Amino acid sequence: MRSKNKMRLVIESRSVNEGFARVAVAAFAAQLDPTVEELADIKTAVSEAVTNCIVHAYPSTVGIIYITGELTENGTVKIKVRDKGCGIVDVKQAMEPLFTTLGGERSGLGFAVMESFMDKVKVSSTVNKGTSVTMTKIIAPR
Amino acid sequence: MPVRIISTPKKVTAVLTGEIDHHNSAVIREIIDQALRKQQPEMLVMDFGEVTFMDSSGVGLVMGRYRTAQNYGGKVEVANLSMQYYRVMKLSGIERLAKISIKEAVKK
Repeated sequence: MRSKNKMRLVIESRSVNEGFARVAVAAFAAQLDPTVEELADIKTAVSEAVTNCIVHAYPSTVGIIYITGELTENGTVKIKVRDKGCGIVDVKQAMEPLFTTLGGERSGLGFAVMESFMDKVKVSSTVNKGTSVTMTKIIAPR
Repeated sequence: MPVRIISTPKKVTAVLTGEIDHHNSAVIREIIDQALRKQQPEMLVMDFGEVTFMDSSGVGLVMGRYRTAQNYGGKVEVANLSMQYYRVMKLSGIERLAKISIKEAVKK
């Protein structure tokens, strides 16, 4: 499908950037005139993906998070959140609801939230190379 | 302040405000836990009515407080959720451990 607009956002993996990233991506997606609920879905999914980079991909260093966004003519928003961190050993297991390697205050719901709030989520990861999460949402025409 | 604590002899209500994510939840956790340690109330109510954003960190926050309260025999209730936060909470199955309810205004 023909691309309508594209954006790239490069941020450091500092937790204070979680809010910045979700608001910036939501502002970009707002061009498709989504509902308040659809925007909240996108914000929540982006927040989960970026938090994963901060707590899992770069657990003890500050790394770089690469976010790209694309809007298409038929009203879909595609967001990719990529890191060059430690990677995921078992993606299937990592995506299971409530699975977490950290315990304590982490609920293990990050991927479950992304899958529930977006229409499509694809995760590819290589250990010691990094992880890439691609999420697509169809914005209903109004 | 991201959370206001209202204490009565048997109940502590934590009114959460603003955005709850991984970055902000550490401070909220600290404030609520301080109140729990001090009082060990029979009931902790976590009120989400003034929350403007919440991701799965909100679930972690509730789960963690549930565990703390359980240690001394207390209960936790989650109140005033928006439909969005309710969906996130439901993914965790937390309603089996703590009573969760939606904001009156969003019930149809």
